[in-house]
Amino acid sequence: MLKYLIRRLAATALVITLVSMSVFVIFAYLPMDPARLTCGKACTPNIIEANRHRLGLDVPVQVQYGRFVKGLVVGRHYGEGVASFECPAPAFGYSFNKHACVSTLIADAFPVTFSLAIGAFILWLLLGVSLGVIAAKRQGKWQDKASTAFVLVGISLPTFISGILILLLALKFKLFDPIEMGRWVSPFTDPIGWARNFIFPWITLALAFAATYTRFTRSNVLETASEDYIRTARAKGLSEKVILRKHTLRAALAPIITIAGLDFAGLLGGAIITENIFNLPGLGRLSIRAVLVDYDLPVILTTTLLAAVFVVVMNLVVDILYAYIDPRVRVA
Amino acid sequence: MSQPFLEVKNLTVSFPTEDGLVRASNDISFTVARGETLAVVGESGSGKSVTSLAVMGLHDRRSAQISGQAILHLENGPIDTISAPVDVVRKLRGKSMAMIFQDPMSALHPYYTIGDQISEAWRLYNDGDKKAGIKRATEMLDLVGIPGAAKRVLEYPHQFSGGMRQRVMIAMALVNNPSLLIADEPTTALDVTVQSQILELLKNMQKEFNMAVILITHDLGVVAEVADRVSVMYAGKIVEQAGIDDIYYQPDHPYTIGLLNSIPRVDQLEGRRLIAIPGQPPSLISLPAGCSFRSRCSFASQVPNNLCASAVPDLDEKIGGHFSRCHLTEEQLKKARVSTGAQL
Repeated sequence: MLKYLIRRLAATALVITLVSMSVFVIFAYLPMDPARLTCGKACTPNIIEANRHRLGLDVPVQVQYGRFVKGLVVGRHYGEGVASFECPAPAFGYSFNKHACVSTLIADAFPVTFSLAIGAFILWLLLGVSLGVIAAKRQGKWQDKASTAFVLVGISLPTFISGILILLLALKFKLFDPIEMGRWVSPFTDPIGWARNFIFPWITLALAFAATYTRFTRSNVLETASEDYIRTARAKGLSEKVILRKHTLRAALAPIITIAGLDFAGLLGGAIITENIFNLPGLGRLSIRAVLVDYDLPVILTTTLLAAVFVVVMNLVVDILYAYIDPRVRVA
Repeated sequence: MSQPFLEVKNLTVSFPTEDGLVRASNDISFTVARGETLAVVGESGSGKSVTSLAVMGLHDRRSAQISGQAILHLENGPIDTISAPVDVVRKLRGKSMAMIFQDPMSALHPYYTIGDQISEAWRLYNDGDKKAGIKRATEMLDLVGIPGAAKRVLEYPHQFSGGMRQRVMIAMALVNNPSLLIADEPTTALDVTVQSQILELLKNMQKEFNMAVILITHDLGVVAEVADRVSVMYAGKIVEQAGIDDIYYQPDHPYTIGLLNSIPRVDQLEGRRLIAIPGQPPSLISLPAGCSFRSRCSFASQVPNNLCASAVPDLDEKIGGHFSRCHLTEEQLKKARVSTGAQL
């Protein structure tokens, strides 16, 4: 198990390095000049060149990457003299539009996105799995049909419609104070305020995801229920309750970990639509603003890189969890 | 014969499907006593497993129509597992009657250790913590001849070979000392050498626990090794039922004769081909009128008035304890045995 872990960790580190390199190279060759973007219309070539130097963009791309990696570890210093500024480690770059280190922007946005993702994740897992189990146990009955209807609605309703509908309903029934909308409250200082702020975005995301999980759980439970070892469990004299909880669900839910991990990782990179609808200052909004409004390359670079890292790391977590759950994976 | 432990009477199991009612087992009656082994023989789809699953109460009562009785003569009175409430039957499973299955590769849960799975079965009917359960599991593994039981009890099914897994299945089935063991093709998925070890083990365990054993198989070689009595099934019905020697030396049904002829034998004349039974078993949805075996039977023409096509033969006792479902007379059957060489 330890050997497996070390091997997987090494592979993960390698993948992250490669991803960061490719993202870096792609951004270096984009037909967009970050130095040009640092100042407005009344810019002279001299100022642009000076800014290029301050940003460290006047050296070859491999040197830029080297400095980037160094900055991640020890922090980074831009420019000289009065006009210089400092980004502590891990320094991802400096956003001229926001006049802030990218790491600061991320540090502000990530808790929001993480809160959104974790709450929605728990909600959709609970909802999707329990509906799926009920549908499987009551196969062909009204519960099954109702869950199929839920699945159809959930899958066909995009978040930009369901989110707006939920927002409208919440406002109409005064469940939600529009002034509070998008205000970040730490769960450690005010857990109730935090949950109140996030509950509708959670529901929006959970509805979209739960449908898939319902369908997946239902088919997995039905498939597992016809396995020989379930018949063995029944022949032992176990009650249906124990068979479902201990024998069927354990095997039926294992594959769900894989998709759940990847879905969660994807959300950590930012839920662009939901964050926009509910005015949440998370990573999704940070990156979409950087792309569409500000052309803020350091921010785009960082959020892209982060999203990739989340996926790679979650993959590792899923694999480790899977090895823990399924003993057959451990030896391989 | 001692008092039977299991008494199956007129057991019929059918499954409604879109194409019609599938009569998987039809009016089955047999008994089996403690210490006795009854072999149920027949080809795939003849209703062997369906019958035993019905006795165990393992059919989904929503999808199977079951009638008849399967009475367990327990110490505190008889219980019919067909009509008894689901919960009552459940509490007999594992304790009074146990079952092992054909494919030991898939019959054990891949996510739990062997010890966990055996201990789970034991703790269902015994007071004891997990530690006691694992200890008991170790004893059982020892008993069924798994070397290094103390270590192996903590391992997972995929770490065992097929034969070892079947031993584990047997250990698990016997952990609560059941009075009836149903072994559904326990050796079919195993190598021949492992097969005989498992049969040997079953025989020893039967002695050790004084169990009634129902051995379901399509392999007459297996039957010869362990059975006391044999029921031959065809198309959902028992066509012949007799003691082990009668079945081999005096088969009284053309189907049994055909089965025996299709076994390769060491003493067979060189160059002689095996005699196969022609044709296919009939569909269980629309059984033909008369004898189900008629279309494949080479002696049907000897019965006068085309009786085989019009009347289902009864399961008659031809000689003492030897039942057969055939219109042929004993004289004709004797000729049939001789003509095909089935009689030794």
